[in-house]
Amino acid sequence: MRQQKIIVVGNGMVGHKFIDNLIQHPDYAQYHILTFSEEPRLAYDRVKLSSYFSGSTVDDLMLTSEDYYDEHGVQFIVNDKVINIDKAAKQITTASGRVESYDKLVLATGSFPFVPPIPGKDNPHCLVYRTIEDLEAITASAQESKVGVVVGGGLLGLECANALHELKLEAHVVEFAPRLMAVQLDEGGGNVLSRKIQDLGVSVHCEKNTKEIVAGETLRYRMNFADGSHLETDMIVFSAGIRPQDELARQFDLTIGERGGIVIDDNCLTSDPDIYAVGECALWQNRIFGLVAPGYTMAKAAVSHLTGGDVLFQGADMSTKLKLLGVDVASIGDAHAQSPGALTYTYMNDVEGIYKRIVVNPEKTQLLGAVLIGDTEAYGNLLTMTLEKMALPEQPEVLILPALDGAESAALGVNALPDSAQICSCHDVSKGDLICAIQDGATDLGSLKSCSKAGTGCGGCTAMVGQVLNAELEKMGVEVNDNLCSHFAYSRQELFDIIRSKQIKTFDALLAEYGEGKGCMVCKPAVGSILATYWNEYVLSDDHIQLQDTNDIFLANMQRDGTYSVVPRIAAGEITPKQLIALGEIGEKYDLYTKITGGQRIDFFGAQLHELPPIWDELIAAGFETGHAYGKSLRTVKSCVGSTWCRFGMLDSVTMAVNLEMRYKGLRSPHKLKMGVSGCTRECAEAQGKDIGIIATDKGWNLYVCGNGGMKPRHADLFASDLDDATLIQYIDRILMFYCRTADRLQRTSVWMDNMEGGLAYLKSVIIDDKLEIGAELEKDMARVVDTYECEWKKTLNSPERLKRFAHFINSPATDDRLAYEADRGQSKARIATVAEEDMIATVSVD
Amino acid sequence: MQQYNWTTVCQLDDIAPNTGVCALFDEQQVAIFRVGRTEQVYAVDNFDPFGKANVLSRGLIGDCEGDIVVASPLYKQQFVLKNGACIEDESVKLKTFPIRAYRGEIQLGLAS
Ligand SMILES: Cc1cc2nc3c(=O)[nH]c(=O)nc-3n(C[C@H](O)[C@H](O)[C@H](O)COP(=O)(O)OP(=O)(O)OC[C@H]3O[C@@H](n4cnc5c(N)ncnc54)[C@H](O)[C@@H]3O)c2cc1C
Ligand code: SF4
Ligand code: SF4
Repeated sequence: MRQQKIIVVGNGMVGHKFIDNLIQHPDYAQYHILTFSEEPRLAYDRVKLSSYFSGSTVDDLMLTSEDYYDEHGVQFIVNDKVINIDKAAKQITTASGRVESYDKLVLATGSFPFVPPIPGKDNPHCLVYRTIEDLEAITASAQESKVGVVVGGGLLGLECANALHELKLEAHVVEFAPRLMAVQLDEGGGNVLSRKIQDLGVSVHCEKNTKEIVAGETLRYRMNFADGSHLETDMIVFSAGIRPQDELARQFDLTIGERGGIVIDDNCLTSDPDIYAVGECALWQNRIFGLVAPGYTMAKAAVSHLTGGDVLFQGADMSTKLKLLGVDVASIGDAHAQSPGALTYTYMNDVEGIYKRIVVNPEKTQLLGAVLIGDTEAYGNLLTMTLEKMALPEQPEVLILPALDGAESAALGVNALPDSAQICSCHDVSKGDLICAIQDGATDLGSLKSCSKAGTGCGGCTAMVGQVLNAELEKMGVEVNDNLCSHFAYSRQELFDIIRSKQIKTFDALLAEYGEGKGCMVCKPAVGSILATYWNEYVLSDDHIQLQDTNDIFLANMQRDGTYSVVPRIAAGEITPKQLIALGEIGEKYDLYTKITGGQRIDFFGAQLHELPPIWDELIAAGFETGHAYGKSLRTVKSCVGSTWCRFGMLDSVTMAVNLEMRYKGLRSPHKLKMGVSGCTRECAEAQGKDIGIIATDKGWNLYVCGNGGMKPRHADLFASDLDDATLIQYIDRILMFYCRTADRLQRTSVWMDNMEGGLAYLKSVIIDDKLEIGAELEKDMARVVDTYECEWKKTLNSPERLKRFAHFINSPATDDRLAYEADRGQSKARIATVAEEDMIATVSVD
Repeated sequence: MQQYNWTTVCQLDDIAPNTGVCALFDEQQVAIFRVGRTEQVYAVDNFDPFGKANVLSRGLIGDCEGDIVVASPLYKQQFVLKNGACIEDESVKLKTFPIRAYRGEIQLGLAS
């Protein structure tokens, strides 16, 4: 069968979604796709565009790759614009002169920023905000400017103002309407938002109509307003709305809306039966949808129509929730109370800058819309109530009133939602989808998120996903129980809090008062770890030795044959030639198999129990200390050579890595911790694969959190950008101590964060905004750990009592007769002897 | 009653509370455990039948439904100290040895 040829014009967010949906379709083999992009690259995440200013790279933003398209046979041409459509011949022509014919054509040309026709708008430092190239131009202009103005106080305008603010410009927003975000917010909401934004240092000028841009007197330009006032600035970014990119449709006679936009039906077909239009260029029932989610729904409908399915596009909800300049803002449904007879309830709290308003029908039985500023926690509930037309409580105002002390929060529980209710709008996941996944075994938040994708887009629905999970588990009769084990009816976090508040110092004391029985291999090491994090006492003391697992109890890593590996600390991988020689001599003397680890240090294998103390004696004499390779604790801080040697280095990554490793060494944590520091974005230290990753920029350090390698690799998330040394360390102190306090046993940071309600955003609010007001306490707890550090091996060598344990037999100098050694590639390798060999090996004596 | 010849292998104080040691006794490796700060002691074969290495004395002591157990330091199977039974696999049982704490000394017994 001949393949149908599909040409997709525009490889933006929606064009790519269309392609990806078709690739995933079972009948994909029947199609051949060719896509054109006017931009110099394939699709990237425009929604997250602003994160480019805070350290994301173009690679971070990419939604697809050439490899992915190649692998699926998608042909692509970038940097070439489609300029002609011949509908009769079913052919297109591009700016470079390329002619291609199609069976079906998909227009996904997006939109372009509207620049009002103001004299002077074409000056060199007058810019727009839509593509990566625009951002590069803004960055370049910012370097030669002190003051920046954004024209337009809508969603994008405020995002752009934030960017200018972060670029350290004095930022202003000029808005034509009487308030900010006039489309989404009512007057009260707009006012609260203005005030909060001004507090953050961005000036807001409403009701200003720019007449002209002329040369300035003190700065580069002067903007003259219709009311006679003026404002001087060095640069201007226009963000006064978008217009659908319908140029092709106009020129080649597809039906166009009165005010632009390519008219489509429910199948996303244009007036030509072989041409679809999707995304921001499309006009459905006289509406343009300037958000990505509706575009994705259009892509789904178009693929469905093409492949004979029956999914239609039937409009989309334009509710939004976002954080602008650190202020939470949400708008739902009929925010302006324009429905006939609509009534409103308003809650206003000037002290904390919170404004909430709900709009209900005249009968007070249904929610029609809402505006939330400063506190958007109710967003998920209110949105679902609006969309699902759910019955309102007797007194609708309880939905926005704060839960006063002692009172149950009045928000409706998720149980009231029908299964069809959409919980995650980014990935279109309904409550019913979540329930199926839970019944199929996704019974913790992390796995539910990864298998359903819910909560992995903007993250706004994570709390709701958690509520659905708990409600469903309860219904299934699964006791939602996070008890540590049968000996303690408490979670690890609760035990940590008990130990902290009651100042408990030993396992026995904790067990006597809060547990039962004798403990087990689950609770003993877990409590041992908590005690070690909080009190940082010697882990082999009489009180604590019984809690130490396989490796900790001998301060070495047990290998499969019962011998141990030994790893001294080599902070940041930096080592003197002399120390290297010492290591070589020790390895040779004890005939240890030697290997360089992935963490930039040296691992000796095959040491027997009785050899550990003399080996450490020599290591300590050579200036080494324990590397804690045996502990659930900080392992290594990997580093690149950074600015000291590397031509690209922005900052001294080695010094930072050494400082971090020396600071956090010895910190016992729920699971092992790894860190990395790279001197620039080339990322030679692979910092983004670590629990804590740090990358130098020209403005400071970017901090990434909660990545890991291992069985389920996970890229770390950008946490904060351009930090100075002190702030970086303050944040890491807080994050690590918060992790130690609240994680489950053996939970890596990545799973910890994925399971946290609110995820990364919540973590930022705790660490950066100090929402729980525990920042100082976390730092204090960390300071204690840092101040009380002691090399465990040094301490052990000074404790004759403890040294007795380092012998295979308590009553004989003989050693284990099951160990056989065999040479391999020039080294000894310990392994378990076969029975035949055993007969041949005599008991080896100690010396 | 069974009579034993007792041999002292170490002092009670040589064993930190809730830990184990290994003794060479009658040409066999015997893992000895002490419960808490008491004189309650147990002796089983030091050989881990799953991990196939002489390591059980280095395991963690705990209780499992009332029985005192040791968990293998290699792959965490648990063995009931009083009779050597493996919790995870009924078909496996460790050899146990007569043991007592006598006047501060740990003694292993051979049937006489
Ligand atoms: C800074 C910013 C922040 C945003 N934040 C949000 C947000 O928080 N939430 C949200 O839902 N939405 C947000 N949006 C809107 C969102 O990005 C758009 O809704 C989405 O990108 C629309 O996708 P699209 O594919 O229709 O258009 P685009 O992504 O614009 O893609 C269109 C592509 O087609 C190309 N093209 C156009 N004409 C031709 C031609 N003739 N030949 C070849 N190629 C052509 C264009 O160059 C472009 O690459 C934001 C947008 C911006 C700019
Ligand atoms: S990460 Fe950057 S600074 Fe470090 S070695 Fe690589 S290129 Fe050089
Ligand atoms: S990858 Fe597996 S086999 Fe290799 S060292 Fe890690 S745990 Fe052992």
